[in-house]
Amino acid sequence: MAKITYIEHDGTEHEVEAGSGTTVMNAALDNLVPGIDADCGGECSCATCHVMVDENWMAKVGSPSETEESMLDLNPERQANSRLSCQIPVTDELNGLVVRLPEFQF
Amino acid sequence: MSTTATARMIDLDPATIDLADIDVSQRELWAENKKWDFFTRLRNEAPIHYCPESEFGPYWSVTRYADIMEVENNWQMFSSDPAIVIQDPEEDFELPMFIAMDPPKHDEQRKTVQGVVAPMNLKNLEGTIRTRVQNILDSLPVGETFNWVDLVSIELTTQMLATLFDFPFEDRRKLTRWSDVATGGPETGIVETEEQRREELYECLTYFTRLWQERENQAGGNDLISMLAHGDSTRDMSPQEFLGNLVLLIVGGNDTTRNSITGGVLALNENPGEYAKLRNNPGVIPNMVSEIIRWVTPLAHMRRTATEDTELGGQQIKAGDKLVMWYVSGNRDERAIDRPNEFIIDRPRARQHLSFGFGIHRCMGNRLAEMQLRILWEEIQQRFHKVEVVGEPVRVPSNFVHGFTELPVRLHPI
Repeated sequence: MAKITYIEHDGTEHEVEAGSGTTVMNAALDNLVPGIDADCGGECSCATCHVMVDENWMAKVGSPSETEESMLDLNPERQANSRLSCQIPVTDELNGLVVRLPEFQF
Repeated sequence: MSTTATARMIDLDPATIDLADIDVSQRELWAENKKWDFFTRLRNEAPIHYCPESEFGPYWSVTRYADIMEVENNWQMFSSDPAIVIQDPEEDFELPMFIAMDPPKHDEQRKTVQGVVAPMNLKNLEGTIRTRVQNILDSLPVGETFNWVDLVSIELTTQMLATLFDFPFEDRRKLTRWSDVATGGPETGIVETEEQRREELYECLTYFTRLWQERENQAGGNDLISMLAHGDSTRDMSPQEFLGNLVLLIVGGNDTTRNSITGGVLALNENPGEYAKLRNNPGVIPNMVSEIIRWVTPLAHMRRTATEDTELGGQQIKAGDKLVMWYVSGNRDERAIDRPNEFIIDRPRARQHLSFGFGIHRCMGNRLAEMQLRILWEEIQQRFHKVEVVGEPVRVPSNFVHGFTELPVRLHPI
């Protein structure tokens, strides 16, 4: 289990208990956190589950794969800490994770 | 015995035809809207299907949602070069465009222009779009039968495109014409001869070259032409490549939304229960927009070319083989979508459809398309109890542009 906090663009916070084995994307969808569209359903193929990982968590979350990088790279609002949340598996290690949601999914 | 070379699908029974003889690319199937049962048969019995002979040469059909996703996600194995449509490029008239390129060049050129349709920019466009939609709807002839395609679908998307290009507004119907000419040759009746088609496309190039020259020395323009003229990866394009990318942007922003606008009206008329849901709950509009885009699938396919020998769904694909991903079929695949043959405007997970494609070539204008459709339906619902379809639609005889040239309607004001 891991507690994950999603912060919307307007500052609204959503705290979610996520089971290990799910993804940061699915934990948001399952708990009706707004702002994640997940059009491809978690296949790393649409980039509509874009999140910005809190700086303090960057090391634990890790960097994007080559495929994820190629999708992120085409997002004009991409930041240094951008990730696709479908590619972040939830583990006990990530208990306390904070991610920020962009104003828009591209 | 295979009779592929001469068999006209439209005369044959999709349930009993020899699988090897199926050729879903034939135009009549699209003009007459008779392709669906052939695709159902392929999805069930031959999801990766080889057609050895067709007007477009041999090709593989990929018809299931999951298989299409697999092809989309592997651009290394399934290239967009030299073309993303079933028809091969004409050798003496190539039109390079970034949708038909692979990384890294694709990424560089796409990044040059995609900012214009990024959500941040769209926020600023919303007011303009709404005013134009209102003007168009308020000018419609209430009480008369008219062609919805011409007065609404084409007019709205063409106005939008003129805005994105900062194109002279009074000449905007030229964009419509060039879009039609770019996707349709003599066999569709759009032009008389291939020579005429090329002449008109060169006229398009000449017109846009003038705009380019006016803008290349002016900084700060955030229209598509200025972006291309100033972008590092696009400023030195050859004329043919400029024309190719213009065609891409014109068709991408035109035919697609146009046909979703028309197809939505038709779908609501064919499903009165859904039209009633819309009247009772305008809040359903954003979800309905996604369902309309799935239902219409305004581009029926995208094509890839295998770069190496490989296996897909148990079939041996050879390097150089042509694969056609039939979005129109994947969007009706019951393995991926619940009750896919029903139009359900409040469908859960309506955004999970193939119409925008997936992977690095995913439609960059998808948010603009959704916004135009959303605003249009919001404004329609403010004015009309029903946009009633009063005659048969006329369909485009194309296996790529999946849409309409005519939809006779009558308006019933609130």
